[in-house]
Amino acid sequence: MSGTFVGMPAFPKAAHEAVNNPTLRGNLRHATHTIRTKRAKAVAEVSDWAELREAGKRIKDHTLRHLDGYLVRLEESVTAAGGVVHWAADAEEANRIVTELVRATGEREVVKVKSMATQEIGLNEALEAAGIHAYETDLAELIVQLGKDRPSHILVPAIHRNRGEIRDIFVREMGAWGRAAPEGLTDSPAELAEAARLHLREKFLRAKVGISGANFMVAETGTLVVVESEGNGRMCLTLPETLISVVGIEKIVPTWRDLEVFLQTLPRSSTAERMNPYTSMWTGTTDGDGPRAFHLVLLDNGRTDTLADEVGRQALRCIRCSACLNVCPVYERAGGHAYGSVYPGPIGAILSPQLRGTASEIDASLPYASSLCGACYEVCPVAIDIPEVLVHLRERIAQGGRATRDGNTVVLKPAKGHAAERAAMRAARWAFSHPGALGAGQRLASRTRRFHPRTLPGPGRAWSGTRDLPTVPAEPFREWWQRTRGGKDTTK
Amino acid sequence: MSSRDLILGRVRRALADVPRDGTPPVPEQSGRDLRYEQAVDRSYLREHGARSLAETVDLLAENLADYRAVVHRATEEELPYVVMRLLAERGPQYVLVPPGLPPEWMSAADPTRVHDRAVSTPGELDKVTSVVTGCALAIAETGTIVLDGGPDQGRRRITLIPDHHICVVRVPGQVVASVPQAMERLDPTRPLTWISGPSATSDIELDRVEGVHGPRTLEVVLVGEV
Repeated sequence: MSGTFVGMPAFPKAAHEAVNNPTLRGNLRHATHTIRTKRAKAVAEVSDWAELREAGKRIKDHTLRHLDGYLVRLEESVTAAGGVVHWAADAEEANRIVTELVRATGEREVVKVKSMATQEIGLNEALEAAGIHAYETDLAELIVQLGKDRPSHILVPAIHRNRGEIRDIFVREMGAWGRAAPEGLTDSPAELAEAARLHLREKFLRAKVGISGANFMVAETGTLVVVESEGNGRMCLTLPETLISVVGIEKIVPTWRDLEVFLQTLPRSSTAERMNPYTSMWTGTTDGDGPRAFHLVLLDNGRTDTLADEVGRQALRCIRCSACLNVCPVYERAGGHAYGSVYPGPIGAILSPQLRGTASEIDASLPYASSLCGACYEVCPVAIDIPEVLVHLRERIAQGGRATRDGNTVVLKPAKGHAAERAAMRAARWAFSHPGALGAGQRLASRTRRFHPRTLPGPGRAWSGTRDLPTVPAEPFREWWQRTRGGKDTTK
Repeated sequence: MSSRDLILGRVRRALADVPRDGTPPVPEQSGRDLRYEQAVDRSYLREHGARSLAETVDLLAENLADYRAVVHRATEEELPYVVMRLLAERGPQYVLVPPGLPPEWMSAADPTRVHDRAVSTPGELDKVTSVVTGCALAIAETGTIVLDGGPDQGRRRITLIPDHHICVVRVPGQVVASVPQAMERLDPTRPLTWISGPSATSDIELDRVEGVHGPRTLEVVLVGEV
């Protein structure tokens, strides 16, 4: 993954700033609570949710275990349907391919459907550097783009903005990008949506090149699927003459029939709807309907490295529904920006360090951006065990070990700043394997309990600054047991 | 080395721990692949609950309305008059008509008909107020109509640019209960558009607003005897 959010501080620092912003916290709290309640209702409507979730998990796992075969099959079927397939090992290559494809059309502007993959690779910036202007057409992405801001949520990227802020951005910025905001624009959502409609329609109607991602790609048929609400997706996918889709290699499902699982679980998990307003499916090009040229750019950019990790590869099952963000107590308070990636929240905490590696401070801090409460696993429609991967990544960061970077096995050194953690774990391991020493230590701790400090010294102060230290009991449990029961279970 | 070979090589090395039988169950041709079907447990339901045909159609009407589509019911004989009334309510106007729309649907209405030609620009279509189409099928459990570019539906753009879409669904013939039943009947080689209510956004404080870029009014006419 490219350094989209260059120079981001580690999660604790970024989160600390967010937590002290009352507007942000209010916006986030309102949004996450609204959507999590709605989602629970939408899921409860479907009596076979557990079976759908299991099927989704198995389909994705099976696909990942045979990914090479399915990629080749997809290439064949897309090509047979009139599309052109390109392969991009990293962000730079993907950006170069797309830039060249746009240049070949002679166009200097493109319209874009909201896409996590193109955000991940920083496509807009790369196109801009090549003199090509990319217009985001999803309302939330438009708000983010006009506000010179960064997305903070997978599904509703402007979740951190309230209506007043959005109105101000529209009034201030729209004119410089095209049709200005109407006179006397208020902050009612209907008026704001209307302003976006008018502003973007002139762009849709003249656009010759559209750029999208895809929610799914069907290996068997070569079909691509985009799920959306506003109709901007349909505009970008059908009106331009050339369509370029940039899609991560993990987005494959083997068969047409598999879509029946995800088209039931994705809308209910993400927007809490029975079905999203618009779903577009296209297979190559169709004579007389839609783009005449279709290019599919298959993106690796750290995905094969993630695949190489036996515990962490389950993150590639993700269908980007964002249900895990909306239930996460950490996300709700810290906000999406603190995660320093286009993938925020619990899924971001396991995906970003795997796609990008753990070399940077922010990536090394992400596996710790969680309370391990497990709510994210509960709601995940493809049953990604996010806490399991978090713990696995914490171990790798604290202990070091083997990992795959750019296809090569590397041995990571233990990360800096985790020396105390390592020492404590080593001491614990030794103590637990030496019962005599453990008992002596416990007795010592009990007898000196009156002299224990109320806060921890050194780096431990950060932990004890917001928590009460547990008090040591007057007598160790094992001694109490010996004394009262004589070491024998008297209940039998 | 090409990036294709590079990526495929990385995938194979990444999966070194996965037992390979050498024949990944990649479907060789469109349709069911038995090895794959055995690999994935499909014990989920084909339909949620047992309903009569009439109840399925009622559920479709209810779910369409829940997502703010306007639902009308008519017999074959009444249909032209319903279409006429719905168009007249929008005032004098231009109406887009796909090439294969049954002529009797429009027999009572008298708007200026516009045909979508290959040379028509999106800008020209933007001057049209309404579009009348059929559909490929409708899904009751989700309140979804599906268009597949058939002769009575036309190109995808004609149901996108006008602000008012009237879609005629034949009941019960075109109604399926669920998403799995819909997948069985659809042809992936056609461009498909699934529509559940009018265009909507929840991007501003999660308040749902109808009508951003697609048609702001979706009227669905259920035609038939059920």
